[in-house]
Amino acid sequence: MHLDHDHTHDGPGAVSADALRPDGGRRALRIGLGGPVGSGKTATVAALCRALRDELSLAVVTNDIYTREDAEFLLREAVLPPERITAVETGACPHTAIRDDISANLEAVEDLEDAVGPLDLVLVESGGDNLTATFSKGLVDAQIFVIDVAGGDDIPRKGGPGVTTADLLVVNKTDLAPYVGSDLARMAADAKAQRAELPVVFQSLRSEPGVADVAAWVRAQLAAWAAGA
Amino acid sequence: MSRAALLVLADGRFPAGGHAHSGGAEAAVKAGRISGAASLADFCRGRLQTAGSVAAALAAAAALGIDPVALDRAADARTPSPALRVAARKLGRQLMRAARATWPSAELDALAREFPKGAHQPVVLGLAARAAGLGPVDAAYCAAYESVSGPATATVRLLSLDPFDATGVLARLAPETDRVVDRAVEAARRVVDEGVDALPAGSAPLLEIGAEIHAGWPVRLFAS
Repeated sequence: MHLDHDHTHDGPGAVSADALRPDGGRRALRIGLGGPVGSGKTATVAALCRALRDELSLAVVTNDIYTREDAEFLLREAVLPPERITAVETGACPHTAIRDDISANLEAVEDLEDAVGPLDLVLVESGGDNLTATFSKGLVDAQIFVIDVAGGDDIPRKGGPGVTTADLLVVNKTDLAPYVGSDLARMAADAKAQRAELPVVFQSLRSEPGVADVAAWVRAQLAAWAAGA
Repeated sequence: MSRAALLVLADGRFPAGGHAHSGGAEAAVKAGRISGAASLADFCRGRLQTAGSVAAALAAAAALGIDPVALDRAADARTPSPALRVAARKLGRQLMRAARATWPSAELDALAREFPKGAHQPVVLGLAARAAGLGPVDAAYCAAYESVSGPATATVRLLSLDPFDATGVLARLAPETDRVVDRAVEAARRVVDEGVDALPAGSAPLLEIGAEIHAGWPVRLFAS
């Protein structure tokens, strides 16, 4: 599959998940963020950028469904310089662009590396989708699935590929739990039952420590990637 | 040569980026030119006979081994709209990636080196067919069929059109598609002796204008 291993450094670009860039350098770690509409994916990306931008060279790819809202939110919030944020158009099918036909996203990632690289980390944010949407391993090295307490505390129990298999499950907006009648202990127990040893983070971006736990998880992924794991 | 390779290349799920493009259908729906199965058929017939026939001839010529750089220039000359040129190169780049992974070939590698940001999609399609062991007729069929299947699929999403009606439109266009392919392959064979000027230059001004308007919309479902 990896056509470029025998090529010299001036060969055409890598095909998908190759760990090396065409110039022979190690490419950036790619982390996908998926989850239902309104669960806080973009807010989490923004918070991660603020937490990590001083220690890492990073960039963001957004997959808006029919607008550039997510990319524009990140630009407006000035979490990164504009040349480090790019939007992919997904033709009414956000899950297709991150799972079945990843070519537009791969190109966005590679163009960012060419334009502002070398990069340590690229965050790929999916368009809001359903509980079955997961990222292809050809596109990202690890994925975070973001749900929120207001979407119903039965989501972890319902499972689905995102909840069950994501490398990190984030349960967002915990500050809203008392207002929407969500039982955090039940969500934690259901998530544990679905995910066994895979990690789960409960977070509220409106209070301390905010995105700190997710940022720590990202740092651990980066350390493993840098070590060639 | 494997005939089954044609099914792989022509499969709408071949991961080459086409799902995000409507082939002009989104602009035509908004302008009221596509409002149901009958007008979808009219739109598709127009696209098949213009952009589709040019794409089919380019793909067939590339499959015959005509210089892809010359074909790419010919494609530019037949694509007045800058937005459509961008879309064609984007799709060409995405198809290049999928084709190289699927049918590794020195010719595809060379074209990727020549056009790192993408050559016109029909040119890449023809070379991909060649790499898959297919011939000019197969390449022309892929290009001609794609020119109508893309808008039909997009219209199902845009208008909630009955998917059986949309598929029926494609089926009824089949004999016409056959004739477009015949003429495209004939033209591509002439290119061998006469050069790229033997390629057809059919044009649909409303497709070009619609693409330019569509590219300026702040909110849209499809990239083109």
